[in-house]
Amino acid sequence: MADVQAASSQAIAGPSDWKHRHKHIDKILDRPGPSTDEAFQPGTTVKTFLREQCKILVIGAGGLGCEILANLALSGFRDIHIIDMDTIDVSNLNRQFLFRDKDVGRPKATVAAEFVEKRVPGVKVTPYHGKIQDKDDDYYMQFNIVICGLDSVEARRWMNATLVNLVDEENPESLKPLIDGGTEGFKGQARVILPTITSCYECSLDMLNKQTTYPICTIANTPRLPEHCIEWASVLEWPRVFGDKKLDSDNPDHIQWLLEQALARAESFNITGVTWNLTQGVVKNIIPAIASTNAIIAAACVLEAFKFATTSAPYLNNYMMYTGNDSVYTYTFEHEKRPDCPVCGGESRTLEVRKEWKLEKLMDLLKEMADLQISRPSLSLSGKPLYYQAPPQIEESTRPNLEKELGQLLEEGDEITVTDAKLPFTLGILVKFV
Amino acid sequence: MIKIWSMKKEEESAKKKKPKTSPAQLRVQKDLTELELPKTMKTHFADPNDVLNFTLTIEPDEGMYKNGSFTFTFAINTNYPHDPPKVKCTQKIYHPNVDLEGNVCLNILREDWKPVLNLNSIMVGLQYLFLEPNADDPLNKEAAEDLRRDRSVFSSNVKRSLTGGAIKGISYDRVLVK
Repeated sequence: MADVQAASSQAIAGPSDWKHRHKHIDKILDRPGPSTDEAFQPGTTVKTFLREQCKILVIGAGGLGCEILANLALSGFRDIHIIDMDTIDVSNLNRQFLFRDKDVGRPKATVAAEFVEKRVPGVKVTPYHGKIQDKDDDYYMQFNIVICGLDSVEARRWMNATLVNLVDEENPESLKPLIDGGTEGFKGQARVILPTITSCYECSLDMLNKQTTYPICTIANTPRLPEHCIEWASVLEWPRVFGDKKLDSDNPDHIQWLLEQALARAESFNITGVTWNLTQGVVKNIIPAIASTNAIIAAACVLEAFKFATTSAPYLNNYMMYTGNDSVYTYTFEHEKRPDCPVCGGESRTLEVRKEWKLEKLMDLLKEMADLQISRPSLSLSGKPLYYQAPPQIEESTRPNLEKELGQLLEEGDEITVTDAKLPFTLGILVKFV
Repeated sequence: MIKIWSMKKEEESAKKKKPKTSPAQLRVQKDLTELELPKTMKTHFADPNDVLNFTLTIEPDEGMYKNGSFTFTFAINTNYPHDPPKVKCTQKIYHPNVDLEGNVCLNILREDWKPVLNLNSIMVGLQYLFLEPNADDPLNKEAAEDLRRDRSVFSSNVKRSLTGGAIKGISYDRVLVK
């Protein structure tokens, strides 16, 4: 037994490894535990996969991202990719510990990658400074696991929808666990999304905390808080003065202008407390970040990634919320899939049609599907209406399509989106010409 | 790696796959095609292929704003329904809850917006503003003050403003139904 272990650790030892480097991690990987999955193969197999094969993508190199990268590298992941579109700001340095004074202004992804590679020998971190939307399906397909440490709902929705869409019935590798961490002040959450199997990010959209907004009439007439003055400057004054020019919350000149307007208004209403930081905070909807919350949530996320990569313990099912406002409280529950979720809900069917059939005939076929009970279907292709039942103008402008042949309107493999008042989900119809 | 694919095979939902349309667009399709607008409201799409940008015209058939025709632009972003649509009045009108730039004070457009609401709720809310202008949430303070002080004076001001008249030195757009 001892020999086997010696051989196994040698097999996966690189030039930068030293004796007992992974001593503590190996305690988990060399033997099964009481709740280990049956498929767990202790020893060489699992270590080789974790250290030589597993490719993991981290989205976001901010407060959560720095913690996630450090944790991954120290738990034995060696092929890590990181995407972040931001550059380092001086206000990041208190908690984003992979960055130093000299790095201010440089891309977060690049600096984080350099730091981790230098500090943890043998780990390869591949940075990409840019948007997640720059990358295509082929890019995301190369990873085994994706971890998100983001602060934007929009980016999460995009990543979630992309991974759900990636799932290909013919290819088991296309199903990638998505681990999503999020923090707001003392609160945080870590969740596991198995695209198309568990509830997805879009399923839980209605659980999100609302952004702080103030009634527009209060802003316009009866400001009482410094925030009201800043909102007045950004929501009412900016469009009044600059018209269609978009406010860029990352542009210091824009923030400065807002600050000046807000200060003048605050003065006329005897309100104090309008500062540069508050202005930026209100405009960008910044909630103060707490380093310890990030550390806890990042640890939970990386633990899930480790369990997925190694099968060493059951994974989180599927939502852990953490509250540190008073005492330390966590609650884990199974968030359920929403059947009418626009991303993972719904259903897709292949329909065999003839090119010379008219769209009207396809509509009739839909209505005849007894299990669906559709009566007034509306159809679109890539977001553009093919036939809408309402509103009247679109009904009229798309009505001529009913008389057109499917060969003119569609191509093989197109997916038509069908909605109907009676259908509690969205139906996808994959076109197959016969 | 944990073999999650095997779980998938057992799932009945194995055939499910999402169409390549953005969630916002799906939701807008559902909202629009299930709109049941009264004859006092009409939508117009400058480009019928772009369902995320359109205008709504409201022509109240009762109340103080009867005979007026009011147009609002709707701009829906890709984060709908997490974000509410951006709604603005395209005309300069005399109304306590609409300012001279066209900003509208309707709670569900901002602080009370929730993803469970839809385009229909907003349109109904807008129409309600013309039936029951609200002096408590003013954006046009002058108009709100007039309404609070004397409803009949306010009402005749409204009538004059609809024809393009001026009230207290401010001229308003002529918005009478053609």
